[in-house]
Amino acid sequence: MSVHEQFAEDLALYALGALDGQERTRVEAHLGECAGCRGELQQLRGDGALLALSAIGPRPPQRARQRLLDAVAKEPRIRTAESGAAGRSWWGMLGWAAAAAVLVFAASLWKENGALKQTVAAMRDQNAESVSELEDLKRLAAPILEPEAQVVTVAALKEKPQPGGKVFYLRKRASLVFLATNMPVLPANKAFELWLIPKQGAPIPAGVFKPDAQGRASVVNPPLPADTEAKAFAITIENEGGSAAPTSPIVMMGAGI
Amino acid sequence: MARAGEQQAPSDWEVITALKGGDQGAMADLYDRYSPVVYAVALRVLGDTGAAEDVQQDVFIQLWRNPSAFDSARGSLGAWLAVITRNRAIDALRKRKPETDFEDVVLSVAPDLAGDADRSRAAEKVRGALVGMPETQRRMLEMAYFEGLTHSEIAAKTGDALGTVKTRIRAGLISLRKVFQT
Repeated sequence: MSVHEQFAEDLALYALGALDGQERTRVEAHLGECAGCRGELQQLRGDGALLALSAIGPRPPQRARQRLLDAVAKEPRIRTAESGAAGRSWWGMLGWAAAAAVLVFAASLWKENGALKQTVAAMRDQNAESVSELEDLKRLAAPILEPEAQVVTVAALKEKPQPGGKVFYLRKRASLVFLATNMPVLPANKAFELWLIPKQGAPIPAGVFKPDAQGRASVVNPPLPADTEAKAFAITIENEGGSAAPTSPIVMMGAGI
Repeated sequence: MARAGEQQAPSDWEVITALKGGDQGAMADLYDRYSPVVYAVALRVLGDTGAAEDVQQDVFIQLWRNPSAFDSARGSLGAWLAVITRNRAIDALRKRKPETDFEDVVLSVAPDLAGDADRSRAAEKVRGALVGMPETQRRMLEMAYFEGLTHSEIAAKTGDALGTVKTRIRAGLISLRKVFQT
């Protein structure tokens, strides 16, 4: 992983929220353009999480559990057919993502308007903040929903094509969603990295991911340069924080349609 | 989420999936699994049981309202909750509005923290590493992480140069990482 040494110490402080002033501004500007340092920031935040684990104390009082469950009961949410199901299809996953997005939106409305009824008409009456959230969701879904979005399937180069992924890439917005299934388990210090292979030039980092226990993983809107035509997408195995350039052979790949 | 008669506790992924489906029982599972970590972190930062309970409630309720805020690409659920809790507790300590969105917290953690035994082992390792550090370095880490002080505030408290504070904090974090790489 390529980390710029001049930012190494400031990154550690930034990860803990302990950097302020101009140094913080400088680090944030650098993070916007350096995948290697973004990867190191994730790692340092993980180190900070280890520090949190050192906290020892009494268990929370029993009333706290009931207080939480009472609060949850007052904010019921709609069940979806997705919960607990196994072996989802791609379109099932997209349906689930859409359902979750709607639930998120609805939850935010409930939060701000406890007495509001669950109707679309009522949702439209929400304040500007809610409208802004809806716009955010639309932007997030754009690479999936817009007809001109590139949809690229990537699959294992050899053997049975069990691991698989789909890249939804909308060039005009530099927006990308990647969903993967059946991905193999990696060593603790390794992660998969998705690469956008442009028509010209070097591969561009498009997100680092580690599958969960079921082999599922996702990357949503990684930082990408504007207006970049994708010739293909590829996946390599890198160190956990990700790399600025591929350092290992491609394990999965798919060409643009 | 079906739990009756299950031999194995549901995985974090199963719990989060059930939360997304509006399963209130999954919230109880999540609370039983992670409230000791969440509460301990909040109490360590705030030093007040009532305030720690409020932060714990806030963290779990926020996740109930928006379970999609977490996905496995953001790190392990236990570590993610610990970081979210720490950030919210620091905000409460400084009496400021929450500065970090749940969705913004992305981290990489080497050890598996899904099981009670996993978390206990990891916590023991971290505590061992902290004990093995020079006292000034450990204090600097704690001031930054549990007291929410900036590096200039730490320098003012300890009388050390800013550069020294930076160097020691980074070295301290890296040494924690190395405990899990050997």
